[in-house]
Amino acid sequence: MQLKMTEEQSLIVSMVRRFVHEEILPLELSLDPDADEIPAEDFERLTAKTKSMGLFGMDIPPEFGGPDIDLVTRTLLAIEMAQHRAGLYVPCYGVFGGAGLAQLFEATEDQKERYLYPTLAGEKKGFFGLSEPSGGSDPARAIQTTAIQDGDDWIINGGKLWISGADRADYGLVFARTAPDRGRGGVTCFIVDTDTPGFHVRRIVHTLRSARYATELQFEDMRIPSANILGELNKGFAIASDRLTRQRIPYAAGCIGVAIKAHAMALKYVPQRETFGAPLSSRQAIQWMLVDNEIDIRQATWITLEAAAKADRGEPFRKEAAMAKLVATEAGGRVVDRCMQMFGGFGVAKDFPFERWFREMRIRRIGEGPSEVQRHIIAREILGASLR
Amino acid sequence: MRSDKPWLPLEETQLERIGAQLGVFELGDVWGRVLYIGAADARSLFGLRGELERRIGSAARFRFEVNTAYKTRQQELLMVHFAENGRYPELNTELETRGLGRLS
Repeated sequence: MQLKMTEEQSLIVSMVRRFVHEEILPLELSLDPDADEIPAEDFERLTAKTKSMGLFGMDIPPEFGGPDIDLVTRTLLAIEMAQHRAGLYVPCYGVFGGAGLAQLFEATEDQKERYLYPTLAGEKKGFFGLSEPSGGSDPARAIQTTAIQDGDDWIINGGKLWISGADRADYGLVFARTAPDRGRGGVTCFIVDTDTPGFHVRRIVHTLRSARYATELQFEDMRIPSANILGELNKGFAIASDRLTRQRIPYAAGCIGVAIKAHAMALKYVPQRETFGAPLSSRQAIQWMLVDNEIDIRQATWITLEAAAKADRGEPFRKEAAMAKLVATEAGGRVVDRCMQMFGGFGVAKDFPFERWFREMRIRRIGEGPSEVQRHIIAREILGASLR
Repeated sequence: MRSDKPWLPLEETQLERIGAQLGVFELGDVWGRVLYIGAADARSLFGLRGELERRIGSAARFRFEVNTAYKTRQQELLMVHFAENGRYPELNTELETRGLGRLS
């Protein structure tokens, strides 16, 4: 058992760390504290750099042109890429590229031609439409959007809530109930073009994440061809569930990255800041906060890397991914909160990134399945059938 | 959601009562047509008051909202304006509206 980075991992991690320090942090100084985009010319310049580094599109499978990076290395890089003000939700402002909607890698060739390849080429954008006003943590029961077959088409009615990017998207994955009373076995995933008659972005939903909003969608007699079913009829829940499980690992890694950055800033600040004739670092109250930060970060990091390692080995990792998400989001919140406390007034001012991290980190305990649902998943895994 | 704040004359005396908070504002003509939708972001030296002061003379009236979610609120106001009028306010630049989403 090795608890050490390989030489190759060390090199790649150092390269990304330098990139964040030399390219992202200086650029961020000129942006609004809530910015989630960089100017187009900087985006193009930095994207060219990540391509030359061989790290562009690291979530894209190699057979579709992405670099061949295992999930442990990907997690280590996600931790580095998050270490700046916007890093929690927009690591490096997206200049390392994304995979789009990973479910499309399993699409039919016709669907890939129409949606996946244009997305990978940056010509189309998609959204993921799962959550509804009735809930998002229990999609098997909460999905009330219906799809009723009409010849070779499906008529979709209903709505979605908390959906990111739907107002800017060309298409989306929409989960709808195709077999009433069949729970998780009655949900199907449809690929929906946003210019389909009956597709509406009804309103913007403002949240603590002031850099980017969510949207509420409404579908009125939206006619979708059967050719746009992703995967199999009534098997949409597996698509959603797989996505939620995989997503938990990079989601956890981002929280760890921000916690590391906040902690590093506090470590630099407390020896300089004096109170009552002595530096803050000499106060036991401060020392204990730093110790607790260290432990929180260490625990979250190892748990997340273990989940990634299990996924890389092809072993079941649902329980480990849930633990990583649970521990990293809660630890990240505690670390940022302690750092704010150590920075005093500066901690809550927009001059420093803590207030943005504090707001965004709070969302992390709810997004992608709240802490309570992660505990439920872990309990189900360790108790097995005896829970039911 | 469109802004329902009252229109005020864009004059020095009106601005004296406005704080330096973060927020969004609209500039309009005497007929209530929205000419510009802007934000006083965290880089604005004197927040809403500063942003409006430097625009005296560019419009007849203004209205504002104190709002820490100034960025997404400005985007929302621009998107609502587009949905209702088929175009963005005439004084907003292409850079300010590039990449905005669509409501329907």
